[in-house]
Amino acid sequence: MAETMKMRATMEGDVVDVKVLIQHPMDTGLMKDAKTEKLIPAHFINQVVATLNGKTVLDAQWGVGIAKNPFIGFRIKGAKPGDKVGVNAVDNLGTKFDGEVVVA
Amino acid sequence: MNQFRRAFLKNAGTFGTVAIAIAAGLLKPGAVFAAAWNSLAFTAKDTAEAIKNAGYDGATESSDIVIKVPDIAENGAVVPVSATSNIPGTLSMAIFVEKNPAPMIASFEFSNGAEPYISTRIKMAKTSIVRVSVKAGGKNYTSSREVKVTIGGCGG
Repeated sequence: MAETMKMRATMEGDVVDVKVLIQHPMDTGLMKDAKTEKLIPAHFINQVVATLNGKTVLDAQWGVGIAKNPFIGFRIKGAKPGDKVGVNAVDNLGTKFDGEVVVA
Repeated sequence: MNQFRRAFLKNAGTFGTVAIAIAAGLLKPGAVFAAAWNSLAFTAKDTAEAIKNAGYDGATESSDIVIKVPDIAENGAVVPVSATSNIPGTLSMAIFVEKNPAPMIASFEFSNGAEPYISTRIKMAKTSIVRVSVKAGGKNYTSSREVKVTIGGCGG
């Protein structure tokens, strides 16, 4: 499922700046379908974990208030080019998303 | 270990055998994620209740939490927010939008060299206070900024 997640990790001094984009509707469960007038069921990513060389660096929980096609940026100290940054995410329906990028 | 796990998950997923692996006890469901999703905090409709359920209550106002938001957001569906905590020993950070139907937006725990900084994009139903709270050294700290929203991003 790499195509649903885009990642970039670039060094800025001794800190790696990581940017992640995930394709996801992030439906709140509060919006109505314009045609059918029925509520669109909630469908959103609720947990995201980022790792540096397999070690957890960021453990996030999300609600429905994160915008559609979520973007997240974070920074890790002590990384170097060649290190691997991984992201694992799961939504409220249990669908898993994962991505990995090598620090440039 | 993790590398193996990732490769394993990738392959297993292809053949739809993840469920079998879970049943066999090879993979604990949600083992990657440290804590269960805090539904009490995320479903609270009241900001104070959401903050309390997330464990960020009793916070001291601090200018060491730097929040970057636009003063005016034309589209409430996508509002860029970034926050940095300059408080030493910051362990975690949470974002709340006081006027949203569900005020708790997200929480982030930092470990193993992650800097206490987050950049993301959030939804805002209407003009509201955006609050960022932080846990550091056994205490809670908080800071807020108002964002004026021209077109709301929730509820349509």
